[in-house]
Amino acid sequence: MSGAFRLAGRGRIDTTRPVVFRFDGRMVRGYAGDTVASALLAEGRHLMGRSFKYHRPRGPVSAGSDEPNALIGVGEGGRYTPNLRATQVEIHDGMVAVSQNRAPSLRFDIGALNTLAAPLLPAGFYYKTFMWPRGFWDKVYEPLIRRAAGLGRAPTEPDPDHYALHYAHCDVLVAGGGPAGLAAALAAGQAGARVILCDENAEFGGSLLADTYSLIDGLPGGEWVARIVAELERLPNVQLLTRCSAFNYGPHNMVALNQRLADHLATPPAHMPRERIWQVRAREVVLAAGALERVLVFEGNDRPGIMLASAARTYLHRYGVACGRKAVVVTADDAAYRVALDLAEAGVKIAAIADLRSTPGGPLVEAVRARGIEILPATTIQRAHGHLRVTGAELAPVGADGGVGKGRTVSCDLVLMSGGFTPSLHLHSQARGALRFDDALGVYLPGESIERVRSAGSCRGMFALDDVLRDGVAAGLAATGGKSGPEWAVTRQDAPGTGGFAGALPRRGPGHLALAFVDFQNDVTAKDVKLAVREGFRSIEHVKRYTTTGMATDQGKGSNVNALAIVSNVLGRRPEEIGLTTYRPPYTPVTFGAFAGHARGDQFDPLRLPPMDAWARAQGAVFEDVGLWRRARYFPRVGEDMAAAVARECRAVRAAAGIFDASTLGKIEVAGPDAAEFMNRFYVNVWTKLGVGKCRYGLVCRDSGFVYDDGVVGRIAADRFHVTTTTGGAAGVLNMMEDYLQTEWADLDVWLTSITEEWAVIALQGPRARDILAPLVDGLDISAGAMPHMTLREGSIGGVPMRLFRVSFTGELGYEINVPSSQAQAVWDRVWQAGASLGLTPYGTEAMHVLRAEKGYLIVGQETDGTMTPADVGCGWAVSKVKPDFIGKRALALPAMYAPDRLQMVGVLTDDPRTMLEEGMQLVTAAETPIPTSAEGHVTSSYFSPALGRSIAIAMVKGGRGRMGAALYALRLDGPALKVTLVDPVFYDPEGARLNG
Amino acid sequence: MLLIDCPYCGPRAEIEFAYGGEAHIARPAADVSEAEWAAFLYLRDNTKGVLAERWRHSHGCGRFFNALRDTRTDRFHAFYEIGTPRPDVGDAA
Ligand SMILES: [Zn+2]
Repeated sequence: MSGAFRLAGRGRIDTTRPVVFRFDGRMVRGYAGDTVASALLAEGRHLMGRSFKYHRPRGPVSAGSDEPNALIGVGEGGRYTPNLRATQVEIHDGMVAVSQNRAPSLRFDIGALNTLAAPLLPAGFYYKTFMWPRGFWDKVYEPLIRRAAGLGRAPTEPDPDHYALHYAHCDVLVAGGGPAGLAAALAAGQAGARVILCDENAEFGGSLLADTYSLIDGLPGGEWVARIVAELERLPNVQLLTRCSAFNYGPHNMVALNQRLADHLATPPAHMPRERIWQVRAREVVLAAGALERVLVFEGNDRPGIMLASAARTYLHRYGVACGRKAVVVTADDAAYRVALDLAEAGVKIAAIADLRSTPGGPLVEAVRARGIEILPATTIQRAHGHLRVTGAELAPVGADGGVGKGRTVSCDLVLMSGGFTPSLHLHSQARGALRFDDALGVYLPGESIERVRSAGSCRGMFALDDVLRDGVAAGLAATGGKSGPEWAVTRQDAPGTGGFAGALPRRGPGHLALAFVDFQNDVTAKDVKLAVREGFRSIEHVKRYTTTGMATDQGKGSNVNALAIVSNVLGRRPEEIGLTTYRPPYTPVTFGAFAGHARGDQFDPLRLPPMDAWARAQGAVFEDVGLWRRARYFPRVGEDMAAAVARECRAVRAAAGIFDASTLGKIEVAGPDAAEFMNRFYVNVWTKLGVGKCRYGLVCRDSGFVYDDGVVGRIAADRFHVTTTTGGAAGVLNMMEDYLQTEWADLDVWLTSITEEWAVIALQGPRARDILAPLVDGLDISAGAMPHMTLREGSIGGVPMRLFRVSFTGELGYEINVPSSQAQAVWDRVWQAGASLGLTPYGTEAMHVLRAEKGYLIVGQETDGTMTPADVGCGWAVSKVKPDFIGKRALALPAMYAPDRLQMVGVLTDDPRTMLEEGMQLVTAAETPIPTSAEGHVTSSYFSPALGRSIAIAMVKGGRGRMGAALYALRLDGPALKVTLVDPVFYDPEGARLNG
Repeated sequence: MLLIDCPYCGPRAEIEFAYGGEAHIARPAADVSEAEWAAFLYLRDNTKGVLAERWRHSHGCGRFFNALRDTRTDRFHAFYEIGTPRPDVGDAA
């Protein structure tokens, strides 16, 4: 047997399978089934970490997920995971684990000097200290807080593993696989329900795995568990999930589980996800979350070697480990007596049992007495001695008046404490279930819930094993409507404990310098909590935030009830008058990897590719993301930077022709007998008079009167419109159309269909556009006379069906060739070949932006921000004055919509044609303006215009259209303000001669 | 994640739906007063209790419908078609 504290023949570890791992660089031997904590404890080692604020040496307090102290980092490189509980991490060969929060070493830590400064670091220290002077924030406070904040370090390499997400439905979800959960799952499973049973531990059984005394049907706990699990495994309708924590209880019985699949394996299969999130929608939920033993709050209660009594029992029976040679037990509850008996039987000397109760009695107490173990009634622990390991406990009598007398020090290497058991209400409370305070037990219990959920067993204050089993069966039956369930005879068990204690233990003297920890992980002491109350905090939620008690990664599983009791005592009010802090998910920490799942890298978001994406890539295009679309931004030639490429593309469009993949334009077909009436009501424009084969620029407002979207609309037939929207507005416009059609205008007979992906759009723009296109369109006359600007024709191009729009977003003669996406590349190739000798040049989104800005064309979302009317952006002409109603009509009549100082779209020019403004710059009236000031407007678009050979910009300026020629000043962060002149926003070809050519 | 019972498709997860705000707010005619129009645009009850609200099965059938949901508990009491009156469920939680 390896490990001096390992006991042969005990525990559930597999001693035929030794395991070697590293802890802080040193080889540690354990066995399959060990956790890092149990393997280290088997070597007699309790010191496993340093605390957060004072860097106090710390060892494990618990044997489970409630562990506040023994936090370790596990793994290497991108697989490193900080802040794992050593009490839960299963060892495997080759595992590398490190302690945290210590420098240079765990045994000697320089940060421990903070302990000496403890009197200077009271509750609210950060709030009080880091307020002033302001200049200290960047240089002093923030680096200090960043160094001190958080326990582990985050890995910097990418995580090489993958994580899965799984949605599941079931009739009954049972959270917790202890005796109540097993009984509930079996009862529900036998009733035929689809059951999911999950437990956070490596094996089912909960407290029964550490119970060698109780007998169920004549079997000790572990054997009974094996029998029940085997029965469950035979039921095809039951799914069993171990290493799987129910961490979030959402509305409508949606419970999230975190399943750890790979970390306990030395060589997990390559395909295996490391973890999996289950989103389980359960018809019914049974919570069998169990209860957690409470720590006791006394001076030095955080010394390594001081732990929960139940934890020592778990280490003994699950891992075959004695946590010490000589133990002192301090308790307010009977359960610790059973622990003392078990440990004594295993050879651990029990130096004394200090019982806070004045007259402990009952069979357990008598059994302990019969073994000759000294019991000290009405006795508290004044303080624990030792540094890296507890060396003794000062036990002191508590008088009838509550005063504490002089004590004596008992030497020991282990102190076991038990303040009684707190039912785990986390999931019940996350589901917004009510809580009620139970006076007899002195704890909160689950009350009414709005969900279809029930708690069973010790999480609702039921502690006798036979009661727990019956309660589990009853819960399983209630969840399924089953009539009868399994029955077992509990032939031997301990009576449920009586007593319990919450708050700070009585002590002799005021203890001004005593460090008695309430929250181990956040280093919050009893004194801190009392100070917070004295400083005026009354609400437990405020005390929590001020002291940070219960705000660490364990969320105060072991500390919240003690903090509550201290506040209750200081205020002299009952605990239920003070309430309890809100339980928030997750129950235990969940890795970012698990939350991200497969949504990372290329799978973070869907990627939409326009039809000519492959062609653009082959041409060496540089791309940009536009929403989910990946669009070609420009097509650089060898040696060109972006500015050079964009300038060349712009010049080509103005001088010859450019070709552009505009397929991302949103497209909606509006069809039906009432299509024109629908368009009339939806758009600010008039549509009834638009002839078939004609196009019109359409503008959409919200009923607030503000511009929402725009785009060219073509009338295909009397009852059919081909609507285009902005790339980003496609889904929103369709939703808005459906909204009005379905909920306001049920009288209209209209169908709406998204055709964005059906029709690819090849924009062909420039003075040679017609020359290129004319030979390609099958028998269609596209001459200026036959097909003027803002018209559309249906036809075909090389046999491919086509909707041809003569429209322009460049100010040049232009066409938008709509063809089915599946054949778009072939059509594109044909156009490309036809244009090769005529100077046809591909251009990207950047040139498209420059060309439209030269023409002063607005981009919704760039010039507009959701508070611009059509008139503000120079489109007042589009708004019908004759229609009885349309979306936005009433609002546009409000006086504020015509206020003279509204922001209006204007052009802006700098004095120096090479000077570029930045989008977002604020415009003010004077060069020397004291800050803060109020702006006259702001720059919305800024480009270098190849056509004008100078910088141009568009701005929204108060009353701008009436201020042409006026000077304003653009504020810069890094220099004097720039003088600018307001001009008409149409910089190029204001007469539109080229457009109509 | 809420479980929403689309009147046309049956129960589906909330992720398939888009929220549509408070229901039964009729769009007034264009000749109402400024105050009435402003109220239509911006004033909502912010109900603590049973709220009639709109949902759209945007990743399903695409239909809008109404629901009665208790904002205190997220419990749904009814799902019903646009244009039909609000069912009477009292103020049950
Ligand atoms: Zn539906």
